Parts: sequence; C-alpha cells; structure tokens
Amino acid sequence: MLKLIVAVVARDLHLAMRRRADIVSALFFFIIVVSLFPLGVGPEPALLRQLAPGVLWVAALLATMLSLPRLFADDYRDGTLEQLALAPQPLGLIVLGKVIAHWLVSGLPLALLAPVLGLQFDLSRDALWVLTGSLLLGTPALSGIGAIGAALTLGVRGGGVLLSLLVLPLYIPVLIFGAGAVDATVTGLGAQAHLSLLAALTLCGVFFAPWPTAAALRIALE
Amino acid sequence: MSNRVINWFKFASPQAFYPLAGKMIPWFWALAAVFGLAGLYLGFLVAPTDAQQGEGYRIIFLHVPASWLSMFIYLVMAFWAGLGLAFNFRLSAMMATALAPTGALFAFLSLWTGALWGKPMWGTWWVWDARLTSELILLFLYVGFIALQSAIDDARRADRAGAILALVGVVNVPIIYFSVKWWNTLHQGSSVSLTKSPSMATTMLWGMLLCALACWMYAIAVALMRVRTIILERERHTDWVRAELIGKE
Repeated sequence: MLKLIVAVVARDLHLAMRRRADIVSALFFFIIVVSLFPLGVGPEPALLRQLAPGVLWVAALLATMLSLPRLFADDYRDGTLEQLALAPQPLGLIVLGKVIAHWLVSGLPLALLAPVLGLQFDLSRDALWVLTGSLLLGTPALSGIGAIGAALTLGVRGGGVLLSLLVLPLYIPVLIFGAGAVDATVTGLGAQAHLSLLAALTLCGVFFAPWPTAAALRIALE
Repeated sequence: MSNRVINWFKFASPQAFYPLAGKMIPWFWALAAVFGLAGLYLGFLVAPTDAQQGEGYRIIFLHVPASWLSMFIYLVMAFWAGLGLAFNFRLSAMMATALAPTGALFAFLSLWTGALWGKPMWGTWWVWDARLTSELILLFLYVGFIALQSAIDDARRADRAGAILALVGVVNVPIIYFSVKWWNTLHQGSSVSLTKSPSMATTMLWGMLLCALACWMYAIAVALMRVRTIILERERHTDWVRAELIGKE
C-alpha cells in the first residue's frame, strides 16, 4: 500500500519536475496577488498587519486552485488515467498519492514562501512562524478537497471557472481557521485552538476526499 | 404486501411517473394557494403589530419560510441525488436536478428579504452574521451544483457528477456552518443577536407556519412541473413521449 503511494508520488513529482515553469508560475501568481494588496489599500503598516493573514491565505487558496486542473488533466488526455483506473490497486489510494504529490509541488512551496511575503506586511516573528505553520497544516486539505472538484470538472467545458465555483465554497472552513490562527497570534490570543482545528480539517479532508474523487474519476472515464 | 412494493417501484420509471406528476401538480398548486392566502391573511390582517419592530417585522412571513426551505431543499436534493447514484434510478436524479433552481431561488429570497428587513431594523443591508454568511455559502453551493450540471452535456454523467457534489456539499454544510459561527464569535461581528428571538405571538407563529407550508407546496408543485419537462426532454427518443406530444397537438 505504502509502496503504491510512494510510486505514484515519485511518478507525479518526476513529471512535475519536467515542467518546472508550471510550478513557478503558480508561485509567482501567489506573489503578485499578495503584492497587489498594499498597492490597492495603501502602505500603512498597521493596516497591512491587520490585513496580512487574510490576504496571504486567500492568495494561497487562489494559487492552489489555479494548479488544480493539472492534477488529472494530463493523465486524462494521454490515457494514463484510464490505465490507473483499470489497475488492480484501489483508485482511491492512487488519488491519495496524486494529492500528496500535488501538495508537494503547490502547497509546500507556498508555505515556505509565505514568511518572506509576510515580511512585506510587517508581521512579527511569531506571526510569521504561525503563518508558515498554518499554511503547512492547511494546504494539504486544499489539495484534497480540490481533487474532488478537479475530478468532477475533468474534460468539462469551461472547467477552470467551474472548478472555482465548486471548490471555493468548500475551502471556506480552511480559510477561516488558517487566517484565524495568524490573526489570533497578531492579537495575542494564541493560535493553538485554530491550529488544532486546521489539523483536524486536513486529516478529515485528506482521508475522505480520495473516495468521492475516485468515484468522480470513474464517472468522467465512462 | 409484495403487490404494494411493486406499485411503489412502478413510479420510479419516468413513463409511469409523468402522468402521476401531472395529476398531482394542480393539487399542490391549490394547497399552496390555500395555505398562502390563509397565512398572508393571518400575517397581514390578524397578527398584531410588533412592539419593538413595528410593521416591518411582517417580512418574516416570507423570510423565515424561504430560509427553512432553502436548507430543507438542499437536504432533499442530496437525498434524491444519493438515491440516484446508489441505485441508478434515473427519476430520482432528475428530481435532484429539478429541485436545485427552486432551492437557489429560496436561498436568494431569504438573503434578499433578510436585507430588506435588516435595513430598517439594524440600519444596514448586510452584516457578517453567522447565519447570513452560511446562507450566502448555501447559495454558492446551489449555484455550483447547477453550473456543474449544465456544463456537462451527457445527461447521465451530469446526474452522477452532480450527485457526488451534492453529497460532498451535505457533509460540508455543518462544517461550514460551525466554522462560520466560530469565526463570527471571534470577530465580534454584529452586536445584534438573531438567536434571542422575542417570544412570538401565537397568531404570528401560525401565520409563519402557514406561509412555510405554502412555500413548501409551491416548491413541490414547481419541482414536479420541472421534472416533467426534464422527463420529456430526456426521453424524447421513446415512443410514449412521441405519443404524448402528438396527443397534445
């Protein structure tokens, strides 16, 4: 079981490394969106400090969503997905491997990049730590829940816009607790409760999401 | 006993359900009209003016039923969609498709009447209260469902993809509701508490219940009308639909 997941992750990472531009452009999207906010609302440090958690998290949500269509689209186009669905191993596990690989190339870089962007918003050191931690904890849930949407919109016309309609409402709890954790640190309340809930969401999301995703993939492949 | 079971399953076929729905629709319209008139009579002519809110409170006779129905219809829709997914009943998947626009309409009505009520009562069209926010998200979920189904051309695939989305949505609704609620309490958003409703006069309550029944009957009637259209559209290649359409001309 573990071997299967590792094999899928390794394969997807290998493929992603051949198309590094995709990963980098999603990251730059994140950077650009975050940098637009100070230009839009003005450079007062107090205001930016207050906005930072929400802005960084919303930008992370959008950047993750942007990279979601690639989760299955390439494999669907060249027929690999059909082969994977025919494999004797459960499709859910394969999906789990793909979700992990997606997180490694989209969520993880976002989390590592976030503290640098947080500096632009004049966040304190503690808040930067919590921001990184909350993104590390929360982005796997984004990849997991997003996989459902990506599978449902596979090969559907207008897939990109549709995907955002389906997935963004489901992302709301992650956004609330993720941004809330940083917010609580900034206001001095302590982020523990938020981080625990965020971890719970991630565990549930990553654990349960592969099933509906696998079901949706089978529907798309018919 | 076995006879009765067979009778029930008979109506799972679109062909058998089509005339039955046609017979039921006028009844539900009539019930909707009766309940609606009685509820509005109680609400506008009998119920006393509220001591704190004046006449403006009367919008609850539409607002509360619309909110209830918007949530209830989502559950019913997910139920039919799940049934369709599990047992491959075509009709129940069509039912889910037929219910979605009505649910979205009620969610929108609930938000709209809520805004109309909020302006004189709270002095603002919108607050980021937990209930308002989750109602808004419910509207988003409906829109996502409708958009997904209309984007897929193959009807069977649309049914099943929509069903998965509806089921995922149903699991998520409580999570979303509680997260929004906690978010709201943390932010100390609105100072107005919706939960502490003042004890209501009995006539008001009756008026509201009657209006809720009227909305419910309306929802059933409209969903049945829509499902009849969907049946005709999807079964147009069959002989009975052709006979039905020729008979009408």
